[in-house]
Amino acid sequence: MINDVTIVLGGQAGQGIQTIEFILARVLKRSGYHVFSTKEYMSRIRGGQNTITLRAADRPVSALTRHIDILLPLDPGILEHVADRMTVDTVILGDAEALSLDRAVLDAPISRIAREAGGKIYESTAAVGVLAGILEADQTILRDYLRVYFRGKKPKVIDQNCAAADLGYAAGRKLCEDGSLSYSIARDEKTADRILVNGAEAVALGAIAGGCNFISSYPMSPSTGVLTFLASHDDTFDIVAEQAEDEIAAVNMAVAAWYAGARAMATTSGGGLALMGEGISLAGVLETPLVIHLAQRPGPGTGLPTRTEQGDLELALYAGHGEFPRVIYAPGTIEEAFLLSARAFNTAARCQVPVFVLTDQYTMDTYYDIPEFELEAISVEKHIVETNAGYQRYRLTEDGVSPRGVPGYGSGLIAADSDEHDEDGHITESMTVRNAQVDKRLGKMELIMKDPVPPVLTGPEDFRVLLVGWGSTCQPIREGLERSGRTDTAHLHFPQVYPLPHQAQGYLEQAEKVIVVENNATAQFGKLLILHGGREPDGAILKYDGLPFTVEELADAITEID
Amino acid sequence: MEKNRFDMGDIDIAWCPGCGNFRILQTVQETLEKMGKAPEEVVFVSGIGQAAKTPHYMKSHFFNGLHGRALPAATAIKAANPGLTVIAESGDGDMYGEGGNHLIHTMRRNPNITNIVHNNMVYGLTKGQASPTSRLGMVTPVQVHGVFEEPFNPMAMAIAMNASFVARAFSGHPEQTGEIIRQAIEHKGYALVDVFQPCVSFNKMNTLKWFADNTWYVDGSYNPTDRAEAFKTVTAEGKFALGVLYVNERRIPFEENLPAYKRSNTPLYMRSPDREKLAELIATRK
Ligand SMILES: Cc1ncc(C[n+]2csc(CCOP(=O)(O)OP(=O)(O)O)c2C)c(N)n1
Repeated sequence: MINDVTIVLGGQAGQGIQTIEFILARVLKRSGYHVFSTKEYMSRIRGGQNTITLRAADRPVSALTRHIDILLPLDPGILEHVADRMTVDTVILGDAEALSLDRAVLDAPISRIAREAGGKIYESTAAVGVLAGILEADQTILRDYLRVYFRGKKPKVIDQNCAAADLGYAAGRKLCEDGSLSYSIARDEKTADRILVNGAEAVALGAIAGGCNFISSYPMSPSTGVLTFLASHDDTFDIVAEQAEDEIAAVNMAVAAWYAGARAMATTSGGGLALMGEGISLAGVLETPLVIHLAQRPGPGTGLPTRTEQGDLELALYAGHGEFPRVIYAPGTIEEAFLLSARAFNTAARCQVPVFVLTDQYTMDTYYDIPEFELEAISVEKHIVETNAGYQRYRLTEDGVSPRGVPGYGSGLIAADSDEHDEDGHITESMTVRNAQVDKRLGKMELIMKDPVPPVLTGPEDFRVLLVGWGSTCQPIREGLERSGRTDTAHLHFPQVYPLPHQAQGYLEQAEKVIVVENNATAQFGKLLILHGGREPDGAILKYDGLPFTVEELADAITEID
Repeated sequence: MEKNRFDMGDIDIAWCPGCGNFRILQTVQETLEKMGKAPEEVVFVSGIGQAAKTPHYMKSHFFNGLHGRALPAATAIKAANPGLTVIAESGDGDMYGEGGNHLIHTMRRNPNITNIVHNNMVYGLTKGQASPTSRLGMVTPVQVHGVFEEPFNPMAMAIAMNASFVARAFSGHPEQTGEIIRQAIEHKGYALVDVFQPCVSFNKMNTLKWFADNTWYVDGSYNPTDRAEAFKTVTAEGKFALGVLYVNERRIPFEENLPAYKRSNTPLYMRSPDREKLAELIATRK
């Protein structure tokens, strides 16, 4: 009996696979199944080949699987697109007649059902019904959810959608009763209270929890979801959301907004971050806090706009001229995306440095059910002081942080200067003052190092081999390692990649073999380990074709390590 | 005479003797004093250049950011705390060259800020290269054969963009300049004041006398709300018109369109996220 089913919906852009997935995932979760969903798509508005992978299981699942149990191709071209994911057991489900494939198709008469229900527009709902029937989702939950999903439409349209789902459901059940299909996923009543939030929403919600009230950004895949989410909730949370004319304006707005007391963020991808370089350096010298969400996609240049990569760690690490401290978080789970985005605002405010939240397309477009976020665990730390006459913005202090005033709060004047400046914030060319200000700025690194987000170890504590990953490789490595069955190997995930947390040292020393796993071609974190961890990796598992790692390919690669 | 509250007293100033910047600095300080503004309510925002150093010589808040980037910074400061008086002040190279794209889009956004551009038709700080407003034929160490690119006309562009307040002044006429700047600060929306100013070190072509000889003031018969007339005035051959050249009082300032200020004008630094609503939003994802 299969208790973990991977369904792949494939079609051209605009054919409705997103609708099918959206409804099905929610209905399955509400019915007691754990679900996981991610998508890969082409950089075009219509046509092309796009797929969504949906896993339904009896336990929490949070990584992409390569194999396909059920393929629902809305377009015959999908078969070639997913050829390397098909196994002998893959069932191709669909309108046998319409698809006219030379492979066996398990006939699910979706277009006939849609016609019966009222017309072609009901095909997506009919497909939801068929899949819900096959997986034996709760039919009442399905009907109720459709009424919610289609609320606002004419009653007749809602009824016909429900009819399409019912007919589809019956057809799905029939396929199982015929013995053609058989899945049995035990239900877990706890899923009802769990939430479905993708990476983009988690970053945006985390930002709101961290007090974000200003976002200035320029659209660029895959970072735009964070901008649209915050913009669509601007009136609920009093967020100033502005689409800047370019990334240069975006980052300069964000820095200046912090200067004036806002908690600001800019979201972008690699090309946009490259344009922000000078602005990041500005935050460095002004010692204004700054939060940047960098959703990576493959470069160089325009690269693969809709695909995933971890190729911009070094960009985030070195963006901006001159020397100044920074912090880089790299969430590996949806929970981490939420928590670290919130934390980024507090770290930025506390240490007055730029803080990066480094994600990627895979993270943005992936979700799985998780427990509701705990808001109690998060506080908004403002780190603002009321000023008096004689206030010095760049006063030399023990830890390098000069208490931050904002214009209008107190009687002091707030001078922020991008030239080298004295404690008053005025231009200087005194070498003594220069040295003191450089030392002060760089001195904040010690403060940052004191309170890092520690790396997370999974697997045996007496490991011999250590798989090292960061960001979105976290979940696929975890499951891949589990599947490999290795007992001498553990996984160390870094939610904070820079500065390298001191807790890493012991693990790196213990490991006989360190293997970095990265979604890039040059093992960028491996290089960071040499530079800051004093440990040269013994090997690397790398992937840079624009797609995320799958559980199976990692299990295979991990098994092969000697 | 009572001491001007914006005056810094005896400080070292990095401008050349005879530079037009001195006059502009003084005019701005006197205007603010006359308007009854206090240093604690004014934020000067500048880029990089000799003109962009102005805020350092002025007692007030200031954000001296990057070359060309004063306008996005000023917009954000105003949006984060609409109660502040925000003045973006820099040179012509900074505002019209490096920052050209921001100029266009700030005119579209229309934040309630004042933009004072010290227009000396040359790059001062970097030692005499042409600026976007340099006149045809000006020879410089880079434009060795003389400038042959069409000079940028900020007034014409601003009127074409329907910027809500467009004016031109001349540093040699502090009284008129002060009056123009006062109107610009009082105007609700983006106000551009291009101030002609000699550069005694690098612009031997457009001297104090040249500006005096090549400008004229629009008078009481001029209607600054007539956009076509204004455009004609600023694109006419010959001498440059000075004064308030175009005004559009109908445009709504950027901050007033922001939902964040629909309920209250409380600056953002005093606010905290609404946790209850956040919890509600998260719960919708079940
Ligand atoms: C990104 C960047 N490019 C170039 C410069 C060098 N730079 C500083 S000021 C300036 C031009 C100054 O001309 P203008 O803005 O007209 O001011 P002025 O000095 O004449 O008052 C240039 C090119 C810089 N600081 N930053």
